[in-house]
Amino acid sequence: MPDPVLQVEDLCVSFTSGGVTADVVRDLSVSLDGGRTLAVVGESGSGKTITGRAIMRLLPRGASARGRIVVAGREMLSADERELRRARGSDVAMVFQDSMSALSPYLDIGAHIAQAVRLHDPSVTRRAARARAVEMLDRVGIPEPADAVRRFPHEFSGGMRQRAVIAMALVNRPALLIADEPTTALDVTVQAQILALLRELQQEYGMAMLLISHDFGVVGSAADDVLVLYAGRQAEYGSLRDIFDQPAHPYTAGLRAATPRLDARLDTGGERTRLRAIPGAPTSLRDAGPGCAFAPRCGLADQVGERCVVEAPLPTVRPTSEGGGLHLAACHLDRLPALKEVAR
Amino acid sequence: MSIAEIQQAEGRGTPALGRFLRKRSVLGRFFRKRSGVAGLAMLVVPLVAGLCAPLLVRIEGQDPSTLHTDLLNPDGGRPLGAFGGVSADHWLGVVPVTGVDLFAQIVYGIRSSLFIAFGASILSIAFAAVLGTATGYFGGWLNAVAGRVIDFMFGFPGLMFVIAIMAIVPPEMPRGLVLVLVLAFFGWTVPARIIGAQAGAINARAFVEAARATGAPPWQIIRREMLPHLFGLVVVLFAMSLPGNVSVVAGLSFLGVGLRGDVPDLGKLLSDSLPWIYSGADVWYMLFPGAVVFLIVFGATLAGDALRDVLDVRTEDAA
Repeated sequence: MPDPVLQVEDLCVSFTSGGVTADVVRDLSVSLDGGRTLAVVGESGSGKTITGRAIMRLLPRGASARGRIVVAGREMLSADERELRRARGSDVAMVFQDSMSALSPYLDIGAHIAQAVRLHDPSVTRRAARARAVEMLDRVGIPEPADAVRRFPHEFSGGMRQRAVIAMALVNRPALLIADEPTTALDVTVQAQILALLRELQQEYGMAMLLISHDFGVVGSAADDVLVLYAGRQAEYGSLRDIFDQPAHPYTAGLRAATPRLDARLDTGGERTRLRAIPGAPTSLRDAGPGCAFAPRCGLADQVGERCVVEAPLPTVRPTSEGGGLHLAACHLDRLPALKEVAR
Repeated sequence: MSIAEIQQAEGRGTPALGRFLRKRSVLGRFFRKRSGVAGLAMLVVPLVAGLCAPLLVRIEGQDPSTLHTDLLNPDGGRPLGAFGGVSADHWLGVVPVTGVDLFAQIVYGIRSSLFIAFGASILSIAFAAVLGTATGYFGGWLNAVAGRVIDFMFGFPGLMFVIAIMAIVPPEMPRGLVLVLVLAFFGWTVPARIIGAQAGAINARAFVEAARATGAPPWQIIRREMLPHLFGLVVVLFAMSLPGNVSVVAGLSFLGVGLRGDVPDLGKLLSDSLPWIYSGADVWYMLFPGAVVFLIVFGATLAGDALRDVLDVRTEDAA
């Protein structure tokens, strides 16, 4: 079995401001093979975007990362600037949420892609890089690519722009693609097209994809494995099927109960179902106590008792469905009750 | 699609040619804007006149120092004739009391005034652009240090300092060059802060992040992602700084600490003409040099505005 494309071990990311340090990501370990998609799920502030940035070493000022990140055999956290620049765009690339702001308004579409080509292979002539750009635009399904290459970002529709951003990210065939909410700014039909395109290119290039999303619908249609983050910690990890059908963490179960399902009415035999909200808001990262970060919002914490408040649960192995692979959950409860009991 | 097909389909040939065409179209769009062309003309005509001053004065058949007292009214020294003594020999009349040719004084005055102002503006804006871009991109301690230095400069009585320096400059030093350096020294702070703020805002935009995510080195990010956004701002700041410096040079001459001796200067002409305006005896003594200053200031503003509009690709269709 080949080495995984992405390996993260005990990743901690902390912000320091005004002498106060807060961990936004804590003790995160995960690995991802080529050709597979790992969805990172969580609400705002759960650390999913910061995790993606940490992998590229594109952290904002004041943030520092500890632990170990290996992308395609390269140690990212100990790499120097030169090495990082070589890795960015060729080993690991990124697709952003807002395609309008991810493209420079002063450069035409072709310049963006050609620049990415020439950065990693200076021997390519401008002309050849431009031709690569046209080829790539054609590949991501932009009609009349030879004409589109000369257009400016504001002349494209949102879906077309996101395709161009994908072309820019994938032109050097990265081993790992980090897609940070790639479809959030798009409407639903375009969302489906973009996801299908990403999926198709992933198969073609055999690359690994880290899909950052808060949308369980997107996750369900694109991911192989799912990592659920809560307050910067790994709540649950498992195959898509395990996460959806037998969640082992109350937070995952709560997210599932809060997601609309097309088959819900059939299951309940005509009984009207309500979507459940998870009460409360994520806890502040600064005054995190020693216990489980989710405990204050957890409907099941009283079944465990004091342990939830004084001891942070570590990820432990949970049962899997057949062929399900690794399934981890960080909860003191060994078994969750039926889905509808959770998070009330 | 094969590479050859693509290149054929792209049609317009090499990117180098495409770049040239695009540059042509920026110029083309500039020249389609009437206000820009008018502004450029207002700026260029006095500039060329200043550059060719000796030639123009020779064509006129005069020089900037000969006294023509025969053209003055012996009672009070007012020039004889209409419009301050305008004639075929003296295109813009003569200066009261001395009878020096006003056209020669003005074109030589443009030379000193405009070139000192240009020099000071170029120096100060260039320094501001470099410093502003650097603080915006690198931020951190560089930004903090530069910010404090600018604060310090703000708290400084700049004009007093300029006057003091100009008063003690040793006579053997070239006063024009000293003026350029002193004006540039006090002119870079505000532009540097504006450019720095803008560069910082651009640096935080997602496309800069996206460029970083494709592995672009700092220099490339500054050159390709940031400078195009700053170019319009720099042009406008330059156009704004130019008339300011023209008037400061004039003001210093008025105070007697600008250019000295018999070097003609627009500001000196304007201040010398003040009593003749108050008494209404020779309005033209002020109107002719005043019109030239107006042309330069207004032209620089119009041309700067038009250039900024043209350089912004987003307004391409609106023009």
